[in-house]
Amino acid sequence: MKIDEICDDFEDLGDPTDQMQYLIELGQGLGGLDARYKTEDNRVQGCQSNVWLIASPDEQNPAAMKFEADSDAIIVKGIVAVLLAAYSGRTPEEILAYPIDEVFERLKLTRFLSPLRSNGLHSMVKRIQALAQHSLAA
Amino acid sequence: MSALNVEEIRRDFPILSAVGETGRPVIYLDNAASTQRPRQVIEAMDRVYETCYANVHRSGHGFSAQTTALYEASREAARKLIGAKSSSEIIFTSGTTAGINLVARSWGDANLKAGDEILLSVMEHHSNIVPWQQLAARRGAVIRWIPVTDEFELDLAATPELLSERTKIMAVTAVSNVLGTINPVRLLVEMAHKVGARILIDAAQCIPHEETNVQDWGADFVAFSGHKMLGPSGIGILYGREELLEAMPPFLGGGSMIRSVTLEGFTPAHLPAKFEAGTPPIAAAIGLAPAIEYLQQVGLSQVFAHEQMLALRAHELLKEIEGVRIFGPSPERKAGTVSFTMEGVHSQDIAVLLDRISGIAVREGHHCAMPLHTRFGISSSCRASVYLYNTLEEVEQLATAVKKARLMLL
Ligand SMILES: Cc1ncc(COP(=O)(O)O)c(C=O)c1O
Repeated sequence: MKIDEICDDFEDLGDPTDQMQYLIELGQGLGGLDARYKTEDNRVQGCQSNVWLIASPDEQNPAAMKFEADSDAIIVKGIVAVLLAAYSGRTPEEILAYPIDEVFERLKLTRFLSPLRSNGLHSMVKRIQALAQHSLAA
Repeated sequence: MSALNVEEIRRDFPILSAVGETGRPVIYLDNAASTQRPRQVIEAMDRVYETCYANVHRSGHGFSAQTTALYEASREAARKLIGAKSSSEIIFTSGTTAGINLVARSWGDANLKAGDEILLSVMEHHSNIVPWQQLAARRGAVIRWIPVTDEFELDLAATPELLSERTKIMAVTAVSNVLGTINPVRLLVEMAHKVGARILIDAAQCIPHEETNVQDWGADFVAFSGHKMLGPSGIGILYGREELLEAMPPFLGGGSMIRSVTLEGFTPAHLPAKFEAGTPPIAAAIGLAPAIEYLQQVGLSQVFAHEQMLALRAHELLKEIEGVRIFGPSPERKAGTVSFTMEGVHSQDIAVLLDRISGIAVREGHHCAMPLHTRFGISSSCRASVYLYNTLEEVEQLATAVKKARLMLL
């Protein structure tokens, strides 16, 4: 799914219950990660639930990056799905320049991450940016 | 039915009618983390700032005298609340954590040597674990653990074997902040004293909710926090028996804790100033007295009965929900803290839905008790904890909201 579609859908759902349901469904729809990738190295620090995130080159566009992630909490997984939609398929340069705050603003995502609030969200973004940096340096 | 007039009590707490993010007043069930405060406390703190604020115990002017008198009145209120013999035994700290650290540092460093033992329980809050682990590392001491039974209680049968003449101190909680288990403090004190050990009671979850007398307990040290008992955050109490505190070296050095200072050294002040270095959180300390007064006026035995009634209802309703597992003894044997998990669902998902959709504030996570969670094979739980201003209706809404969350998540 494209990030713009997600944002549009989300805005159409005015009601918090429907929005939460939507995030849950995004989470349920996200493939997840094979157990062998759920390592301490791939775990994003700063999240109260476990979030694992890995990057690989995009098969369709080798200049771009592909992200896969998983979480043991389904709402967080839904939020991870939003992040993947925003970042996957972009080049490292695009990732580093991407205005993710605008997406957060449209989705009011930081409010949905309660009780861990925005802390975990920013940790995930930082991890994605770090992986992009790493790929640039490589 | 409860003997408390909850409607009247609620009117004293402005925040309980404040509109939350859902557009309705928040149902506040996170009292074990921190309680709310009545206007009597808020106003007392404002009044100090507006009428007589100055530093305490320092200057001779009128403001300082007035503020100092209020500050000391709070100490006296705390002394009476817990039945301490003398106000010298009431040390202002920043909270339970600071009190335990003070004992571990000051008493612990002076009294423990390599091979000595510290006895803790598996149900302790991290603030009654880590300071002892640090002490053990400094002194080469050994920590032993009182196990928790499958019935969520301390394994008292196993405890005597864990005590010996090597045990120098036992440190246990009076009430578990996760399970709500009420521990038999007097029995534990007897066990510790029998082998000549000292005992510290973490009373953070006890003194706010039930009548307590530290002399009846016979405990050597007792620590608790103001913010868990309608009082301000940043202030707490460490009680210590006078002869122990007298013999202990000061912990923090600085202003107020000295009698005299020369280039060669210092002589410490008398109790309780010896342990109160630096400018304390003055307004917070002063706000503690009206909080104590409030609880005493309502009556702590009524508060306790009210909480038990709410916990009983919470147990009844939550148990009916498929997949819910409650971690704690049956409600007539515990305090108003109800921790639970739901099969197949992460606790965080429940807590987020309770908050975002139903406007119910609970805590989710390990509640600063990771060893206890590990003991029961879980990494997190949801915790609803009630206080005197919570209603049966709120507890019923909690159960309804948990059911709704389950439907959304499964
Ligand atoms: C049993 C117990 N001990 C210690 C603490 C620590 O209290 P504070 O954070 O006020 O120092 C808490 C509360 O968080 C608690 O519940």
